Amino acid sequence: MTFEQFIFYIFATVTIVSAIAVVTVRNPVYAALFLILTFFTSAATWILLEAEFLGIVLVLVYVGAVMVLFLFVIMMLDINIDPLREGFIRYLPMGILVAIVVAAEIVIVLGSDTFNMAIPDPVPLSDSNTKALGEVLYTEYVYPFELAAVILVVAIIAAISLTMRKRQDATKHQNISEQIRVNSADRLRVLKMKAEEKQ
Amino acid sequence: MIPLSHFLILGALLFSISIAGIFLNRKNIIILLMCIELMLLAVNINFIAFSHYLGDMAGQVFVFFILTVAAAEAAIGLAILVVVFRNRRTINVQELDQMKG
Repeated sequence: MTFEQFIFYIFATVTIVSAIAVVTVRNPVYAALFLILTFFTSAATWILLEAEFLGIVLVLVYVGAVMVLFLFVIMMLDINIDPLREGFIRYLPMGILVAIVVAAEIVIVLGSDTFNMAIPDPVPLSDSNTKALGEVLYTEYVYPFELAAVILVVAIIAAISLTMRKRQDATKHQNISEQIRVNSADRLRVLKMKAEEKQ
Repeated sequence: MIPLSHFLILGALLFSISIAGIFLNRKNIIILLMCIELMLLAVNINFIAFSHYLGDMAGQVFVFFILTVAAAEAAIGLAILVVVFRNRRTINVQELDQMKG
């Protein structure tokens, strides 16, 4: 067994075990932490496949941003876990059955000779994966790239507008057109009254 | 060296684990969202494995876009989750039955 194989099987085992922990563990905080572990080990697998840029992006974007968002939301909400766990045992046989059937079907398909591809030559160390990705991303795929940016903007606007609560009482702002239209009659009221005796 | 099918089997196992997770945690929206993230990860592993073995950069570009869309999806999903919790004081899927679906 070469060192590369050793690394792969270690990381693959940790990935599978932590993925199982994500779906079975009781506390959602632990589930999020195990998902972080899954992402880390998958990033290692991706780097093993010479996709260094995406491996680092997975750690930076997923572990650094998305999972922190998950943890933030889990800890912000006051969740009572017990009613959410009921039915776990009841659905356990069904879930395991479906998972085994799906996995078995895919593995049977993967056993065919179609997937016996030759192992490619390793890319020389001087070649940058980031540069190679950028060269196709900014030329051939520039239109989808712009669309991805639009999707992110839509996501920002949607997330903010969904969760923002407006404060009715405390916001003070100017209404410029009303301020311009005002005249002295609106501000000053002249009352007519009889003179009163000095007390 | 590692054959391609081992990477694909890793992806398949992750995918089936997340399917089982959706069955098991069908009341907890947060775990359901995490299972969706796991599924996307499994698909991404397949894409990157094929990209490596076929020597084609398109697979990695596709993973790049999947990561972008998944990040957007997670942000909006969690925002909806926060709004649901604010209005109903629960995230139990069984109790979210206002639309009689």
